[in-house]
Amino acid sequence: MLERICKANKLMDKACQTLGRDINVMEVCGTHTVSIFRSGIRSTLPKHLKLLSGPGCPVCVTDQGYIDLAIELAQRDDCILATYGDMIRVPGSDGSLETKNKNNVKVVLSAEDAIDLAKENPGKTVVFIAVGFETTTPATAVVVKEAAQAGLENFCVLCAHKLVLPAMEVLLSEKNDKIDAFLCPGHVSVIIGSKAYEPIAAKYRKPCVVAGFEPMQIIEGLAEICRQICEGQAEVNSIYDVAVTPQGNTIAQRIISDCFEVTDGWWRGIGKIPQSTLKLKSQYSKFDAYERFGLTEKPAEDKTGCRCGEVLCGLIEPFDCAMFGNKCTPQTPIGPCMVSSEGACAAWYKYGRKRKTS
Amino acid sequence: MCLAIPARIVELEGDKAVVDAMGNRFKAKTTLLENAKIGDLVLVHAGFAISKVEEEDARKTWNLIEELDSFQETDKKISG
Repeated sequence: MLERICKANKLMDKACQTLGRDINVMEVCGTHTVSIFRSGIRSTLPKHLKLLSGPGCPVCVTDQGYIDLAIELAQRDDCILATYGDMIRVPGSDGSLETKNKNNVKVVLSAEDAIDLAKENPGKTVVFIAVGFETTTPATAVVVKEAAQAGLENFCVLCAHKLVLPAMEVLLSEKNDKIDAFLCPGHVSVIIGSKAYEPIAAKYRKPCVVAGFEPMQIIEGLAEICRQICEGQAEVNSIYDVAVTPQGNTIAQRIISDCFEVTDGWWRGIGKIPQSTLKLKSQYSKFDAYERFGLTEKPAEDKTGCRCGEVLCGLIEPFDCAMFGNKCTPQTPIGPCMVSSEGACAAWYKYGRKRKTS
Repeated sequence: MCLAIPARIVELEGDKAVVDAMGNRFKAKTTLLENAKIGDLVLVHAGFAISKVEEEDARKTWNLIEELDSFQETDKKISG
């Protein structure tokens, strides 16, 4: 293992020398962010190899307007909200699901649990808070199909499932040109396949390397990026072959496209990204909470001064925000990147704060 | 949020499975896999198996989870 680490470090050093400036690698996925901090990888990297945390934590990129709608539904006596635990503390414009009528909010571990809740509570409508990237989306699609087959009338989903690729593209095309390469998410790639990144690698000339979440996978992923930079390449490569194939999980892809169509969507801190969000197809409209309750998602204006948007785009580090660590902490989070344990701010607060200030 | 953990299918009826991850047993569905069978190691995310994995990879992840658990215990003790 030591040999592999040394080899990886040599490649990293060489890339930094070749480029003669900082190399900025964005880890797109929140799970990578946490693994990088926990394992202490950052402190072993060459000084000029910088890691930026990207918009790959679904909690962090869910717009306040969506949280506001969820809170609005939680106020209704005829509804039960079923949500993954990550979402309950995320602040909307006024409070979170945890603080607003939490009796109507149930935490589920699986979309299937939401279906069970609906069967157990025939007098209420169960609204499933469907957030997450491509890893999580197939589960929602499966339960919507199940609900349709079973004729389950008291179940619907408030869908904000998002796609990783359009966000990566937005970061490259408008916001900044700081990013040199992407460390691509392992489990999203299980579903979409490593080939999915090829257009980005080709169009923007950025290496895209898929890695798993073990520290050694991350180190070797970074080394592969550095090798490509040294050799002037910009290719897609996966070092997580045990789970990721070039084509991805085609059954999951088919179920997603059976149920959903792609539409424009709001991302917290980034704004509207064209063709980046999923919406239930018309044949499933009766399971669409937007249709059932006549809701429209309006982007909420963030008045707190929170700079999570800039953090998500890799433009600033969490500690560049004036509220980081004083007004905004994991106990009193103001922005979503501090709420989610996979958010860049929470990870910096927990693992990187002392090092930064010392 | 997109973390999936490896687990072994120990019971299977249609697409409803019971899986075992480090001695913890829970329900998971195999709807997204072709030819899942008892004994297969799979990555499970939010109650769904999303891909098959090899024994060695599963073991590495389980070891890592164990390490993180002990790390978090220590972390709790230190930070009180």
